[in-house]
Amino acid sequence: MRMRTFPIGGIHPSDNKEWSKGQAIEVLDLPNEVYVPMIQHIGAPATPVVQKGDKVVTGQIIGQSMGFVSANIHSPISGVVTSVDAYPNGQGQRRMMVVIKREGDEWLEEIDRTTTLKRECSLSPEEIIAKIKNAGIVGLGGAQFPTHVKLTIPDGQKAEVLVINGVECEPYLTSDYRNMVERAEMALIGIEIIMRALQVQHAVIGIENNKPDAIEHINAIIARDNYRGIEVMPLKMRYPQGGEKQLIAAVTGRQVPPPPALPISVGAVVCNISSAIAVYEAVQKNKPLIERVVTITGKGMKSTHNFLTRFGTPLNVLLERAGGLPEGDVKLLNGGPMMGRSIVETSAPIIKGCSGITVLSGAEAARGKEIACIKCGRCVEACPMGLEPYLLSKVARLQKWDVAEEHNTVDCIECGCCSYSCPSNLPLLDYIRIGKQTVMTNIRARAAANKK
Amino acid sequence: MNTLVLTVLTLGVLGILLAVILYFVAQRFKVEEDPRIDDVEKMLPGANCGGCGFAGCRAMSEALVSRDNIESLFCPVAGGDAMKSIANFLGKVAPEKTPMVATMRCGGSCDKRPKVNHYDGALNCAVVNTFYVGETACAFGCIGYGDCVNACKFGALKVNTETGLVEVDADKCTACGACVKACPKGLFELRKKWPKNRAIYVACRSKNRGAVVMKACKSGCIGCGKCQKVCAFDAITIDNFLAYIDPEKCKLCRKCVNECPTGAIHIENMERLPKEPKPTKPEAEK
Repeated sequence: MRMRTFPIGGIHPSDNKEWSKGQAIEVLDLPNEVYVPMIQHIGAPATPVVQKGDKVVTGQIIGQSMGFVSANIHSPISGVVTSVDAYPNGQGQRRMMVVIKREGDEWLEEIDRTTTLKRECSLSPEEIIAKIKNAGIVGLGGAQFPTHVKLTIPDGQKAEVLVINGVECEPYLTSDYRNMVERAEMALIGIEIIMRALQVQHAVIGIENNKPDAIEHINAIIARDNYRGIEVMPLKMRYPQGGEKQLIAAVTGRQVPPPPALPISVGAVVCNISSAIAVYEAVQKNKPLIERVVTITGKGMKSTHNFLTRFGTPLNVLLERAGGLPEGDVKLLNGGPMMGRSIVETSAPIIKGCSGITVLSGAEAARGKEIACIKCGRCVEACPMGLEPYLLSKVARLQKWDVAEEHNTVDCIECGCCSYSCPSNLPLLDYIRIGKQTVMTNIRARAAANKK
Repeated sequence: MNTLVLTVLTLGVLGILLAVILYFVAQRFKVEEDPRIDDVEKMLPGANCGGCGFAGCRAMSEALVSRDNIESLFCPVAGGDAMKSIANFLGKVAPEKTPMVATMRCGGSCDKRPKVNHYDGALNCAVVNTFYVGETACAFGCIGYGDCVNACKFGALKVNTETGLVEVDADKCTACGACVKACPKGLFELRKKWPKNRAIYVACRSKNRGAVVMKACKSGCIGCGKCQKVCAFDAITIDNFLAYIDPEKCKLCRKCVNECPTGAIHIENMERLPKEPKPTKPEAEK
């Protein structure tokens, strides 16, 4: 049988997962100090509700979500708040963070810390979504979109299928893979709960065919524990299959219309497999989102790991456990090499969207010398959104925002296929991103002006 | 022969006929335009820079001719004298504006603000700004890839490769404001232009507290407030650990320059005040 994938564009970078895929999930020792940013999600930043000197326990809310599109922040350890102030994040920008110094290991009483699986769930959809909202769950694939917003279906629309993202198409990263191999039971119960919240009968787990053991393992559990309506769909390996719209196209064959349409307009809701585990823990164990699996990988690293890490743990701690950074120039990435953001501040904390830290050597990370565009059209071929990157990049460079808008620059998902495929080494995405941001600002300004 | 005569005749008659039609059409649809618009346009510099807020010099001259009150209109390129002669020509009151000059408020040169990482992307300040804070540890300082230089139509800006900072040529600067819009860090300000291009300003935009600034840059403003105390004209305010000298109130007395412990207050085309023997207080220069 020919395996399915998304219809247009895409590239096939070497997946480089062999460096860390064999490393079982290790629980990282509790950090002595955590820096918990008040914004670890898309939307309004949370407001700190603790002050310097307050005593907090693990799982306690320390940042209250502001508005609907926002998420609660919980204390990842127990201890004393030593400061609520701006500290640099990975990009060196100073953001509001709560600093907690650890004292012992106390948890909120209602949190069930046993490892016994609990499958029965008799809660109503509203109760489930409320629990997810309280637990501060966001999409753990990297976009950090609040999950309760995703699961709240707008009036007049109906979810038909739940698509679970087990693709992990980003090279190097293996955190979702390890979750699927080691914590599949939890993920499946989580999926069942999400199906209940959405009131859908059908869920598809999309997994790329470079993870055959994960596919086999999950299939075996589905058969053993009799999960109805959940199906695993092996997908042909292709980047960016993990993109929401690409995954829907690959799994259901349906094309999501351009923005502002959302996946729900074709009846699909997409959720990451790691988020499903978080949902299980939140709903069945009352455990808020305070930790995740973070891959530490790179060809030059002394050892690679998949750490179960509490949020707010400084990156230094993880790097030290992995044997420190290799000699010479290195590039640190929050995420993988395609979509990851480079990190310049190693004291920065791990946040909810950080699925891995990729360490590239200076030579690996260096960009080639930029030469003129030869109009070969490879970027057009590679673009999974059917855009013309050479054009969008050029008009953004010339600041012709109206032309960029006309050519749908806001559709860009910033996957980087265009820059990857360019034989002239043009920084296409760098400029397109500016164009996209400016056009979005212009559109919002126009909408605001029209409202008045 | 016959063909030749016929051709000439036909074309001649056709030509005369069309000329007559065109004449009447031109009369009927004549566009009345104030001839002064052309005259005023000639008096404007013709740079079409948009510094006045209009799309170009033509649009500006139309506005100058059509509006009764032109006090809000000002061409920064032509300057006050040219505006006065235009106003005289139109019989209107000229706008009173002090000449301005763009000022780049970052003093973090390469030796004072060391690079902590190496950037390898598109050489464009706006692009750098989408990624992270930049190659130095200061999140507010000059990135140095020259978005402002590209935006300037008068060649008044250039990147000094030694310091890595952008420098303003005050003689060429027309204060059109293009650089103010172009800089993603908001480092430019249009300030009052003093004779001989003298200037005193705080060359720092860092809103971080002193300890953080000191770590990133040796010439940043740490918000100590010494300059504010010594200023006799209340020209200096401190907000978010950052001093600001109000160009309207500052009299260029230079006292603050000597007070600044980090050298964040820049002084241009003037000598510093001599270091005083302690007790005697000098009169503020005016």
